[in-house]
Amino acid sequence: MNRTLGLGAYKQIFLLPGLLVLLAIVLFPLLFTVRVSLSGWDAISPGLNWIGIKNYQDLVGDQRFWQALARLSFMAVTTVLVQYVLGFGLALLVWREIRFRRFFRVLFLIPMMTTPVIMSVIWRTIFHESLGPANDVLHWIGLGPYPWLTSSGWAMASIMIVEVWEWTPFMFLFMLAGLVSLPREPFLAAAIDGAGPVRTFFNVTFPLLAPVSIGAIIIRLIEASKIMETVYALTSGGPGTATETSAYYIYIRGLRDFDIGYASALSITYLVIMIVLLTLIVKCLVRLFIGRSV
Amino acid sequence: MKTKSHLFSKTVVALAVSGLGIPFLIGTCAYAADISYAKYGDYASYGTAPDVPGPCSYAAMAKKNYKGRTLKVISNAVPVLGEPTVLHARQFQDLTGAKVDVVNVPFGDLYQRIMIPLQTHQAAYDVMFYPSLWIGDMHNFLAPVPAKYLATSGMKDVTTNYRDVATWGNQMVQYPVDGDRNYLKYRADVFNNPAMQAKYKAKTGKDLKVPTTWEDYNEIAKFFSGWDWAGDGKMHYGSAEVTKRDDLMFSAFIDRAAAYAKNPHVKGGFFFDLATMKPQINNPGWVKGLEMFIDAKKAFPPGGTNFGLGDEIFSFGGGQTLMSYTWDDAFIQSMEKTSPIRDKARPAPLPGSHEVWNRVTGKWDHFDRPNAPPYIAWGWTSAVAKSSKNKDMAFDFLCFFSNEANASLDLRIGRFGINPYRTSQFQAKFWEDKLGWPKDLAEKYVNTLGGMDASNNRVFDLRVPGVNQFMSTLANGVAEAMAGQKTPQAALDGVAKQWTELVNKIGVDKVRAAYANVVALEDRGR
Repeated sequence: MNRTLGLGAYKQIFLLPGLLVLLAIVLFPLLFTVRVSLSGWDAISPGLNWIGIKNYQDLVGDQRFWQALARLSFMAVTTVLVQYVLGFGLALLVWREIRFRRFFRVLFLIPMMTTPVIMSVIWRTIFHESLGPANDVLHWIGLGPYPWLTSSGWAMASIMIVEVWEWTPFMFLFMLAGLVSLPREPFLAAAIDGAGPVRTFFNVTFPLLAPVSIGAIIIRLIEASKIMETVYALTSGGPGTATETSAYYIYIRGLRDFDIGYASALSITYLVIMIVLLTLIVKCLVRLFIGRSV
Repeated sequence: MKTKSHLFSKTVVALAVSGLGIPFLIGTCAYAADISYAKYGDYASYGTAPDVPGPCSYAAMAKKNYKGRTLKVISNAVPVLGEPTVLHARQFQDLTGAKVDVVNVPFGDLYQRIMIPLQTHQAAYDVMFYPSLWIGDMHNFLAPVPAKYLATSGMKDVTTNYRDVATWGNQMVQYPVDGDRNYLKYRADVFNNPAMQAKYKAKTGKDLKVPTTWEDYNEIAKFFSGWDWAGDGKMHYGSAEVTKRDDLMFSAFIDRAAAYAKNPHVKGGFFFDLATMKPQINNPGWVKGLEMFIDAKKAFPPGGTNFGLGDEIFSFGGGQTLMSYTWDDAFIQSMEKTSPIRDKARPAPLPGSHEVWNRVTGKWDHFDRPNAPPYIAWGWTSAVAKSSKNKDMAFDFLCFFSNEANASLDLRIGRFGINPYRTSQFQAKFWEDKLGWPKDLAEKYVNTLGGMDASNNRVFDLRVPGVNQFMSTLANGVAEAMAGQKTPQAALDGVAKQWTELVNKIGVDKVRAAYANVVALEDRGR
């Protein structure tokens, strides 16, 4: 009988254990969340009672969720774009031979190495409107005081500042890795043709780094769409609901209100929306950077 | 069976626990010595307390042998409640030979860390420390306090308020370890300053007195905002309040709204009308409370609309603000030796209101003396899980945790978050002798707290199933109004709508049955 099994079948048999483990690790939590989302599990009714799609019907009319999603989209796209521009700029700065290049490379990476929630607490102290140094420093140059955490716009700006500070190093690292791996020949050719630095950047460096750029932006967008610690530590979603993001709202509904079933429905909906949005964004980015659709 | 060497080693451990090493009767474990925490950290400055003989004492615990057994405990993060939990766990280990595993969890995660194991029938923790208002969700999972612990001298000393807080139906299911209430704290040095009094009179035509209504509070707070009334070259403000949405802001709001909405002439519910289970949260009394809360923003320091409890303590305790109102911890900390306002702050009952909404008549009732119902604002509690296989050891631990010596010492350490909940703790002399407070302050403190404890018009937390969701919804509505996203009426209408949905979801009868316990406490008086 064994002789009838081809090489492909053997491969599949040997792959099966690993595949099963992978499915158990990746798929089981997801499927369990789907099942929980179809239950009314909360503080009063623990367990997987079946309530059908009621949670999904409820969330359609949940303005707070949709507002949080819109807010999150704005924050994620804006901060990632700023991080990309700054990170790329810094990478270009230390790509060439400059003094203290190693020092700057390490310096630029430090924010990323810190713990987000700890840094958010430190930033909260910095932004503290009566005791923190931000307003003091601005006061010395004749600016402020600003309501960093107590006005809707400023609170949003504060979160975005912290996000940009924390994650620009990631972009820097990615883009620097891309830059140092670029072949020298296109640059030599551009130089022989008499291209200046700006033209070289737009015609050689930027196109060559397009795949890296897309990868970095997508990875950061995935991460940024989960903004949670910064909101938790800085504003707790306030003032009012002005800085509440999807992840924070799901946290509140799930772990504070203990409405586990509803929070699971929110999570699944959020996941589906993110997959669709990010797929569309990838297509757009490829068209933008590479000039063709995938 | 215990050996002589075992007894001797227990005695040696107990001597070490005492910290001072004052000699006592070796071999009999009769703890005549005073207890100190000095061995366990920088606690020496907090003095000593006698080990009162009884089943919860150090001496009694030293006779227990729990070697080879493990007690699993969950508590709040250090220091508030978390630090005394860790400290007493270490002492309990040293005395009994038990292994005590303490998990300290940040407040925001405590509920789910306790509830998920309980709901999924895992015996994750034997002992749980948590806010007492969760009793509506917890009581089915808790082991009732056995009669022998109810008969201890420490338990008998617990005041009626805190026995009530620990009781569900007719059964005590929570072990009292703390007593909380919110009260007013004000800068007596400013209120008693003739120059300030004259300045206030000139501006407002009124005498500067400790406010007895929220209208007075807001007016005084606004007058003392934005100028250097402390004479230290810094800007000072009128009021520090807990306003951060998910950081106990709902308690601050209830403090204010109770004056307008808890009518002593109306029985049958403050949060709901018990008969119909219609939310009262958007009635004119509650709305007035929210309007006054919003009005007070003018007297907040910069950032004051995003103050958590820690910010509020820091602001008042650091001398930035004239008045504040929350739990004891802020006041005790302001009176510690390192505090910049030591001896300058004084306590007073929460302000009230002359006009109180009557939901039965649909009119405002006038009270010549301001209506100021004390809010028995949750407080920490403890309990033993029904599923615990170590109930004997668990109750012994709680009994030890709150024995007379520990209760006395814990009370002196502001950051512990343990506040008076026993009759013997309402003695001015204790605060004079043990904390070095001036006599007038000690008397004012115990009178303020004692008066709240004796009040006949009390407000308790909404101790019903799903309390977190009710309070989270309330906090969100209040935050929206505070941020100007909605008017007070619209915000509270939204809360009422969500509360109705919640009640229907949980089950009207279920919520009513639980709420009836709260209303019974509020209505039966004393």
